[in-house]
Amino acid sequence: MQRKLILDTELLNITVDRLCQQLIENHGNFEHTAILGLQPKGVFLAEIIHEKLEAATGTKIDLGYLDTTFYRDDFRRRETPVKANATKVPFIIEDKNVVIIDDVLFTGRSVRAALDAMIAFGRPRKVELLVLVNRKYSRQLPIEPDYIGREVNTMAWQKVLVELKAQGFKNNKIWLINKEEK
Amino acid sequence: MSQLSQKHLLGIKNINRKDIDLIFETAKNFKEVINRPIKKVPSLRDVTIANVFFENSTRTKLSFELAEKRLSADVINFSSSGSSVKKGETLLDTVNNILAMKVDMVVMRHGSPGAPHFLSKHIKANIVNAGDGTHEHPTQALLDTFSIHQKYGSLEGLKVAIIGDILHSRVAISNIYALQKLGAEVMVCGPNTLLPKFISSLGVKVELDVRKALEWCDVANVLRIQLERQHIKYFPSLREYSLYYGIDKKMLDSLNKEITILHPGPINRGVELNSDVADSDHSIILEQVENGVAVRMAVLYLLAGVS
Repeated sequence: MQRKLILDTELLNITVDRLCQQLIENHGNFEHTAILGLQPKGVFLAEIIHEKLEAATGTKIDLGYLDTTFYRDDFRRRETPVKANATKVPFIIEDKNVVIIDDVLFTGRSVRAALDAMIAFGRPRKVELLVLVNRKYSRQLPIEPDYIGREVNTMAWQKVLVELKAQGFKNNKIWLINKEEK
Repeated sequence: MSQLSQKHLLGIKNINRKDIDLIFETAKNFKEVINRPIKKVPSLRDVTIANVFFENSTRTKLSFELAEKRLSADVINFSSSGSSVKKGETLLDTVNNILAMKVDMVVMRHGSPGAPHFLSKHIKANIVNAGDGTHEHPTQALLDTFSIHQKYGSLEGLKVAIIGDILHSRVAISNIYALQKLGAEVMVCGPNTLLPKFISSLGVKVELDVRKALEWCDVANVLRIQLERQHIKYFPSLREYSLYYGIDKKMLDSLNKEITILHPGPINRGVELNSDVADSDHSIILEQVENGVAVRMAVLYLLAGVS
């Protein structure tokens, strides 16, 4: 089965550093900005970015985890339901700039659910989306990312597999694989 | 797996450990949801649920209704008093008429043991048993064990005593199944007349002395005397029951350890529990009520997801 490596540890580091610089450019000292990682995999990336940003800016930055399970539009339409994860938003979202972080952007439906889930915590001033991998030409909703790690052209039957050290993998590796392969 | 093994929640006897773990994990997330400023999620937006109560209920009905509304389900309520049941309609006809209005789930309380099991063989909708006679009350057992789980982190090896009217209690039977499936040791305690004859065949310890039961256990689930189900006298008087089986603060203070007190409600203050216990730090009775909504949200959500 064909597997193509999109990002390895070294490239991922460079990419994440670049994303952090872009965030700093737009958000300064993050006084009015909060970061929200999407459960389950966006959380790992959000933690990495959060750590780097705090080190670079020397300030404390709000970090939360958002689970979109109860807000999905495919519940009772897919064969096995998605398992719920913890939501933790220990700060006020009202009037904040929020950066939503996820690993892969595909159809845009998770992000749609995330917007709904986030609104339950208040009305943010502005919401941005950061993704590590943007699967182009596969959107089912008018949702586009503001910060992109890597853009890839994929077929619907292919899958982007994210393996991060933080998840317990040996190395950071992002693969493009055929769906049948586990 | 993120799916229950059953399409209905008829009793704890029918579900397995994995189902209970999944319900707990989901309930934990719903507990966070109901503590938010906006307590509602859109999960069951396109689901209609009928609460069909052939027997009286206050907190179970309120708790289910709130859980359904927090999940954005459409809710209809039916109670047998003043309904067509009084005009001679059968259970199956009543429920089929409700289902003809395109209802997806039925939450049912009925005075006859096995009523929801019977229905499950004849209708397509998911059924949640909200108490069937003296048989089972699965969501109560789930919220009781979930409350213990929240406090202790695990039920493995924990000693739990169920004290009171075991004979007429559906809460007791469901609790015994749930506690045992989660690895807890179970003891039942009450006057001989209020203990079912072959209760020990369920693998529980039997104790007649409430003091000894309290000395043995980490958690005591105290049950109400169900006078409405007692058609003969099982003990001389409530006063005498209270004298021998009532739990007060003095009794708890004289033990060499802290124990946790649960009660499924409604409490008869001064009979099975004294006010100084019900309102003390030992008691997690109000947490049980809060957890009840989260657990019922989890059950309804997970059952709706069974394909």
